[in-house]
Amino acid sequence: MSGIPHDHYEPKSGFTKAVNSRLPIIGLLYDTLMIPTPKNLNWMWIWGIILTFCLALQIITGVVLVMHYTPHVDMAFASIEHIMRDVNGGHFIRYLHMNGASLFFTAVYLHIFRGLFYGSYKAPREITWIIGMLIYLLMMGTAFMGYVLPWGQMSFHGTAVITGLFGAIPFIGESIQTWLLGASAVGQPALNRFFSLHYLLPFLIAGLVVVHIWAFHHTGNNNPSGVDVRRTSKAEAEKDTLPFWPYFVIKDLFALAVVLAVFFAVVGFMPNYLGHPDNYIEANPLATPSHIVPEWYFLPFYAILRAFDSEVWVVQFASWISFGIIDAKFFGVLAMFGAIAVMALAPWLDTSSVRSGRYRPAFKWWFRLLCVDFMVLMWAGAMPAEGIYPYISLLGATYWFAYFLVVLPLLGIFEKPETPVATIEDDFKAHYGKSADATPAE
Amino acid sequence: MIRKLTLTAIAALGLSAGGALAAGGEAHVHDYDFSFEGPFGAYDQNQLQRGLKIFTEVCSACHGLRYVPIRTLGDETGPGLPEDQVRAYASEIEVFDASIDDFRPATPADKFPANDAVDAPDLSLMAKGRAGFHGPLGLGINQIVKGMGGAEYIASLLDGYEEAPECAPEDFTGYYNTVFTAGGYPDECKDEDGNHMYPGSWIGMAPPLMGEDVEFDDGHSNELHHEVQDVAAFLMWTAEPKMMQRKTAGLTGVIFLAVLAVLLYLTNKRIWAPIKYGRKDD
Repeated sequence: MSGIPHDHYEPKSGFTKAVNSRLPIIGLLYDTLMIPTPKNLNWMWIWGIILTFCLALQIITGVVLVMHYTPHVDMAFASIEHIMRDVNGGHFIRYLHMNGASLFFTAVYLHIFRGLFYGSYKAPREITWIIGMLIYLLMMGTAFMGYVLPWGQMSFHGTAVITGLFGAIPFIGESIQTWLLGASAVGQPALNRFFSLHYLLPFLIAGLVVVHIWAFHHTGNNNPSGVDVRRTSKAEAEKDTLPFWPYFVIKDLFALAVVLAVFFAVVGFMPNYLGHPDNYIEANPLATPSHIVPEWYFLPFYAILRAFDSEVWVVQFASWISFGIIDAKFFGVLAMFGAIAVMALAPWLDTSSVRSGRYRPAFKWWFRLLCVDFMVLMWAGAMPAEGIYPYISLLGATYWFAYFLVVLPLLGIFEKPETPVATIEDDFKAHYGKSADATPAE
Repeated sequence: MIRKLTLTAIAALGLSAGGALAAGGEAHVHDYDFSFEGPFGAYDQNQLQRGLKIFTEVCSACHGLRYVPIRTLGDETGPGLPEDQVRAYASEIEVFDASIDDFRPATPADKFPANDAVDAPDLSLMAKGRAGFHGPLGLGINQIVKGMGGAEYIASLLDGYEEAPECAPEDFTGYYNTVFTAGGYPDECKDEDGNHMYPGSWIGMAPPLMGEDVEFDDGHSNELHHEVQDVAAFLMWTAEPKMMQRKTAGLTGVIFLAVLAVLLYLTNKRIWAPIKYGRKDD
């Protein structure tokens, strides 16, 4: 399966020979688990396994929650309280699921920014990157629809706002909005279909995760040096890599245990910290909360959505050039989806010949600024759209686009990168000093 | 790099609670010391029973607890009333039974009735539907330090009634409360920029507690600042009846995972030692 030369599975017993000659599943599992992995991976390469765990956690807790949940506008909220009060362990399962979404997004953002720094999106891993972006989009859709299900105030009014965005699309917007909601406003049809899709999408995500893993198992993992594994011979490849089992499985499991300890502390001691009090009030179409705020993981993009009001010159220009078809609201929607689109296009926008940010002195600073920008946008997205906050959002949104559309293409031309290490083996030895000269005891 | 991204993650956790921005402006919510705060805090059973008494004799006139089963008053981790008392308590409540199309005395299996008499909000989840602490700057750091503050908000609000400021018209609807921010506010009390000159706003609910509203059998203080804490603690329990079980499960999880992490750390160190240092590291 992998392009890196390594030992393949050889069935030994009569039984495994018989099975594997009919269905090579043992060989597939063996090759997947023993995949040669660059030995210099650092601690930022743990998020993949944490994300896989999150998906499993959400599916398992979700399946149990569905056993007790009622997708009906008059009963949904009460059925959540039934889970919280009457179902054995229901309160903990629900809090795991609720905060599991936050863990999922924390991990996915760290995973994405890891990729952005070490150039994991660059050739030949563009397809891995694009599939990752699709997974991220599906995650956002799933999380958004899941947030509707408790049928609290923020569920209801948040849905009204977000589906209202589709209404901003010229000409066909209102039809699309009605089609999405199954009615002209948020109500029973919307709750039913969101419930259905909230159950379905995670399995699509699981399918894409398999393709995501398949893709990078074919190209091989990226690594902090960005240098490729030598592939001319198995002996040479083995100097750069170690099998995934046990070296990286144990390392990742250790990281998972640490992350989960923090996660359990959040679930056990402050499970509502990341939520919104208004969602403990049953949905009431007649009483709109004074601040409608999405969950934290949407805030950076929510800030970008709100950054472009009708007083921003680009918006006025877009409106003028499109004969008024693109208004401020539609522009905001385009900007929000555009912000994710430019990130997905990073493989083609980054012109640098050096893959890892470790060897790119100027890039490092622009990247750090992008991290800060992301946090600032997240904060601005939570603040009311008045006073100084829209300007901060606009500044943040501008840098977000500038990073992908201007900085990445130009840096490749103007930056003078340092010379990366020659091999992964050298990089590993540089970290573990003189004693690493000895050959691995294998 | 790793450290920076980890810090980013921690900051993300901090920022996120910015979503918990309150309706209206910030009001001063007093940070009461409740027994159930912190990872090891537990409900004070006597306090819950006192709060139940205040709820029953005062609040329940207008407010319901529609999600709370009466039987849970006997929960060990809740008010912990003996079974016969739960039964006796239930029998004094009238609930509507659709199967006989009439009212009948409640049993422990029933829930507290909803109370729509004067359009007062249901109190089952009030302590989770409000947050007392937000900032600074919407960063939510106060909530990490002090907790969400739902119970603190309730107690502060009940203790927050004051004489209306002189600028307000005599006939302005409602009662002036320094903590409640979602109510009406007379234009006469705003300055030329439209800013409120006094904290809080006018709430529809008349001051429900004045101090010495109930008599406790054990002679516990029934001063106002004690009563408001007792009823707030009781409403925290109605909102989060499984808090004790949750903390126990969380703590068990943390301890188990911490031990597992240590074992995995040692395993990891040992299997990597020959690779990193070319020797066995025992």
